Amino acid sequence: MSKNVKVAIIGSGPAGLTAAIYTARANFEPVVIEGEISSTSDQPGGQLMLTTDIENFPGFINGIDGPLLMGNFRAQAERFGAAFHTAKVTRVDFSERPFKLWTSDANEDEPTYIADSVIVSTGARSIMLGLEKELELIGHGVSTCATCDGFFFRGKEIAVVGGGDSAMEEALFLTKFATRVFVIVRRSELRASKIMADRAKSNPKITFIWNSVVTELIGDSSLEAITLRDTLTNDETKLPLSGLFVAIGHAPNTDIFDGVIDLDDAKYIVTHDGTYTSIAGVFACGDVQDHTYRQAITAAGSGCMAAIDLERYLDSGETH
Amino acid sequence: MKVLSDSTFDETLFSEDLLLVDFWAEWCGPCKMIAPILEEISHEKKGVLEIGKLDVDDNMETARRYEVMSIPTLILFKKGEPVARLVGARSKSALLKEIENHL
Repeated sequence: MSKNVKVAIIGSGPAGLTAAIYTARANFEPVVIEGEISSTSDQPGGQLMLTTDIENFPGFINGIDGPLLMGNFRAQAERFGAAFHTAKVTRVDFSERPFKLWTSDANEDEPTYIADSVIVSTGARSIMLGLEKELELIGHGVSTCATCDGFFFRGKEIAVVGGGDSAMEEALFLTKFATRVFVIVRRSELRASKIMADRAKSNPKITFIWNSVVTELIGDSSLEAITLRDTLTNDETKLPLSGLFVAIGHAPNTDIFDGVIDLDDAKYIVTHDGTYTSIAGVFACGDVQDHTYRQAITAAGSGCMAAIDLERYLDSGETH
Repeated sequence: MKVLSDSTFDETLFSEDLLLVDFWAEWCGPCKMIAPILEEISHEKKGVLEIGKLDVDDNMETARRYEVMSIPTLILFKKGEPVARLVGARSKSALLKEIENHL
């Protein structure tokens, strides 16, 4: 049996949960379809579930643990009556209102939810290198989660691929365990913010390898070495390593919206006038529509905007 | 569920026909996500499957023996022999599907 709801929120990172707090307080009784448990950054709670200290979320003088912060967001939304459903949305039909949503734990025939309005906050996930053996070696030396796996590289030499803030954060975290952390950067400069770049550059355990890309992963049962190609000279060198952490960037989780909502060339949802999408009644917030800021606080802020945009939309009676 | 340690691991391993070991640690977010699921499975499969939790922080020897390099890692042992290995958190239905192949 399909369930009729006023508001369905897809995704439960800072954006989705902030939208849940606001819409619940406005008595819209939102249901949050929070995702399925995984270790790949699209799980309930979003990307912050794989981080430790968050130092730049306002209000926490000494920083706060990522999973704890998201647990608090969720509890706050629950306090105002938001309902949670631990599943993934596998299919949507936005061709007419009310909108139809199917979840991973339901049968195919009828939609799980029929919703007057939808907030999409499915976030983004880590991009992998796309090399042979990469998936087989996850959990055997290749990792996308320093906080999950760093501990196992105590006393070892490891590398982080990437030049952005996530890469710097991972590299700095990994210096707690590893004797040496190589940071492999495609260009001759970092994309990371100045504070993170300065911290990484001044850490004696971190060694930068500039203008280089990983072209091969070597090792059968676990990672033993990688091949690097110099992007200027095309010279290839082999670097023995027991761990490789991939932090080369993110891609939006928009597979189920392709051809449904307008996406940009990089597959992010296009928003206008705040959080409106190409479909009236469907709003988008957080990393799924933002490749510029990508912060917990901006995601939370846009979640609030989506809730307010939605409230105005529902109150204006446009649904009928 | 049983709390396992380096010193009690072998004893438990050989006393259970089917033992699912959860290699976890306090600082691991995804480990915390699957903890309540394992609790539920342990109740539902009582008498058929024993679940043991091994904190890798204090029991590195056992983690190293099974070459655990990422957590959560779940290893299913049948009469002491590893028959399945699951790296990374996943949903209850996905976990049950993997486990039920070996029941």
